[in-house]
Amino acid sequence: MTAALEVRAAIRSRRQRTGLVCGLLLLIALAVSALALVLGDYHVAPLKVLDILAGGGDQTERFIIVGQRLPRAIAALLVGAALGLAGALFQSISRNPLGSPDVIGFTTGSASGALLALLIGNATGARVAVWAVLGGLLTAVAVLALTGRGQLRGERLIVGGIAVGAMLAAVNDYLITRADPERAQEAKLWLLGSLNGINGSPVRFLAVVLLVLFVLTACLRRRLGVLETGDDLATALGVRPAQVRLLAALLGVALTGAAVAVSGPIGFLALAAPQLGRRLTRSPTPALASATVTGALLLAVADLVSQRALAPFQIPVGLVTGVLGGAYLAWLIGRR
Amino acid sequence: MGLATAESSVRVRQKRSGVLWVGLLALVVGLGFVSLAIGSRPLSLGQVGHAVFAPDGDAASIIVWRLRMPRTVLAVLVGADLAVAGVIMQALTRNRLAEPGLLGVNAGAALTVVLAISLLGVTSVSGYAWFAFVGSAIAAALVYWLAGRDAGDQGRIRLVLAGAAISASISAATGIVTQFDSTTFDSYRFWVVGSLADRGSDVATAVLPFSVVAIGLALTLGRPLNALAFGDELGAALGVRVAWTRGLGFLAVILASGAATAAAGPISFVGLAVPQLLRWWVGPDTVRLVGYSVLAGPALVLTADILGRVVAPPGELEVGIVTAFIGAPSLLAAVLRRTRAL
Repeated sequence: MTAALEVRAAIRSRRQRTGLVCGLLLLIALAVSALALVLGDYHVAPLKVLDILAGGGDQTERFIIVGQRLPRAIAALLVGAALGLAGALFQSISRNPLGSPDVIGFTTGSASGALLALLIGNATGARVAVWAVLGGLLTAVAVLALTGRGQLRGERLIVGGIAVGAMLAAVNDYLITRADPERAQEAKLWLLGSLNGINGSPVRFLAVVLLVLFVLTACLRRRLGVLETGDDLATALGVRPAQVRLLAALLGVALTGAAVAVSGPIGFLALAAPQLGRRLTRSPTPALASATVTGALLLAVADLVSQRALAPFQIPVGLVTGVLGGAYLAWLIGRR
Repeated sequence: MGLATAESSVRVRQKRSGVLWVGLLALVVGLGFVSLAIGSRPLSLGQVGHAVFAPDGDAASIIVWRLRMPRTVLAVLVGADLAVAGVIMQALTRNRLAEPGLLGVNAGAALTVVLAISLLGVTSVSGYAWFAFVGSAIAAALVYWLAGRDAGDQGRIRLVLAGAAISASISAATGIVTQFDSTTFDSYRFWVVGSLADRGSDVATAVLPFSVVAIGLALTLGRPLNALAFGDELGAALGVRVAWTRGLGFLAVILASGAATAAAGPISFVGLAVPQLLRWWVGPDTVRLVGYSVLAGPALVLTADILGRVVAPPGELEVGIVTAFIGAPSLLAAVLRRTRAL
C-alpha cells in the first residue's frame, strides 16, 4: 500500500518537473525570439520594437520588424517544434535513440526531389520546396507501404527506411558529382536548410498546419505511451500496436513535410531535440512535449547564431544546429 | 529421440554454413578474376589466368598487375574491413542499426580530408589516405572517450548518441569549410562518393597491415562478444573482461573502418547490410559472422565495382553508389520476406 503511494508520489513529482522544465524552456525560447526581433544590421531600440509590433513606426521599420524579423523568428520556433515532435514520434515507435524522420527516408527523399528540381529542372525558390516535399512524402509513403503490411514493427520499418534511404543518398551523391560546380554548390546550400528571406505567408500556412497536427498528435499521446510498455501489454490494454505506429509515423511524416516546405531539410534537430528534452526533464523515455519545446528553443538559438555569428555572412542554419546541437548533446552525454 | 533431432538439426546447420562458406570463397575468387578481366581493354579469362600465374611482361600482364590487381585487392580489403567493422560495431553497441560511420569515422575522415585540400593543397587520392585515417581515428577516439568509460545498457545508448553527436558537429564543421571554399568543395564532392578508381598498389600495401590486425582482433573477440550479448553483467559472470573486450573491439573497428575509408572514401552501407543479411543465414554468433563477413563484404564490393565499370561506358559509376544499389534492395527484400523480428 505504502509502496503504491510512493510510486504515485514519484510519478506526480516527475510530472511536475516535466511541466516546470517545459514551461521554462518555452519561456527561454520566447525570450530568444524576442532578442531576434531586436538584433540585426538595421538598429531598432527594444522599446521601439514593442511600439512597432503594436502598430507604430514608419514604413521601413514596419517592413523590417513585422515583414522580416517577426516571420523568421516565428518560423524558427514552429519548424523547430515540428522537427522535435517528429523526432520524438519516430524514437517512440522505433524505441531507438537514433530514430528520426531521416530513418524512414524522408530527408533523403526530399533532398532527391530538390536536387532533381534544381539540377535537372533548373527550378528555383518555392518550386524546389514543392519538389522536395513531394520527394520526401513519396519516399516515406513508399517505405510505409513496403514495410507496413501486416504487423508494423518498428525495426522492420526502420531497416526498410534505411535501405531505401541509402539508395536515394547514392542517387543524390551521383547527381551532385555530375553537376557543374556552381550548381552543385547551390544545391548543397539548399540541402543544408535555411530560414533566410522568409516572409509572412508560408509562416501562416505552417502555423495552421502545425496546429492541426499538434492536436492530432496529442490525441495519440496516451496510446503511444502505452505502446512503450511493450506490444503484448499494450494489446492486452486494448491498444493496437500496428495501427498506433502507422498513425504516429504518418503524423511524423506530415510534421517533417510541413517543416521542410518552409525551411528545407534542417539536419540533426529531430534526432537531438527528443534526447536533450529527455535529459533535461530526467524522463526515462523521449517525451513528446519536452521534445517539442526543446526543438523550438534549439532552432530559435541556432537561427539567431546563424544570422549574427559571422554577420553579414549568413551561415546556413542546418550547420549551426549541427555544431550547437551536436556539441551540447556531446557535453550532456559526457557529463554524467 | 528429441536429442537426436536436435543433434541432426545442428549438423544440418553446420553443413549448410560450410557449404555457404565454400560457395562464398568460390564467388570471391570468381569475381576477382572477372574484375581483372573487365575494363576499358577487356581481356579474356584465359589471358587473365596466363597473366596472373605466368606473367611474362606482355600488355595483358602489365594491365593486370599494374592497374587491375591493386584495384581488385583493394576492393577485397575494403569490403572485408567494412563488413567486419559492421559486425563488431553491432555486437559492441548491441544495436543492429549501428555501422562504422556511426562512430564518427566517416565524419572525422571527411573533415581532415577537407582541411588537407583546403589548407595544404593536397590533390591526389593517395595523398588523402593518411589524413583520412588520422581524422577517423581521432573522431572515433573522441566518441569512445566521451561515452565508453562505463559499462551497462546506459553506456551502450550513450555510445550510439555520442557517435551521432560528434558526427553531427564534425560534419557541420566540414560543411562550413566547404561552404566558404568552393574549390575545396569541388574536390571533396568526388572523394565523398567513395571510389576505388586510380588507387595505386601503394594504397593497398599501406592498408593491408591494418586490415590484417583488425580482422585478427575481430576473430579473437568473437567469443567474448558473444558472451556480452547477454548483457555486461552476465558476460562478466562468464569470465569476460568487459572493459578489455570493449576497448579492443573499438580498436578493431577504428583500424578496419579507418583503413577502408582512407583507401576508398566513405563507402556507406556495406557495414550495415552485410551483417544484417548474414545474420539471417548463419544466426547471431559473432565468430561465424566475422568469418563470413570476411568473404561476403568483398563479394559485395567486388560486384559493385565490376558493375560500376560496366553499366555506364565509357565512364564509371563510383563503387559507393553501386554498393547502395545492390545492398539496399537485397536488404529490403530480406526485410520484406522475413516478417519475424530481426
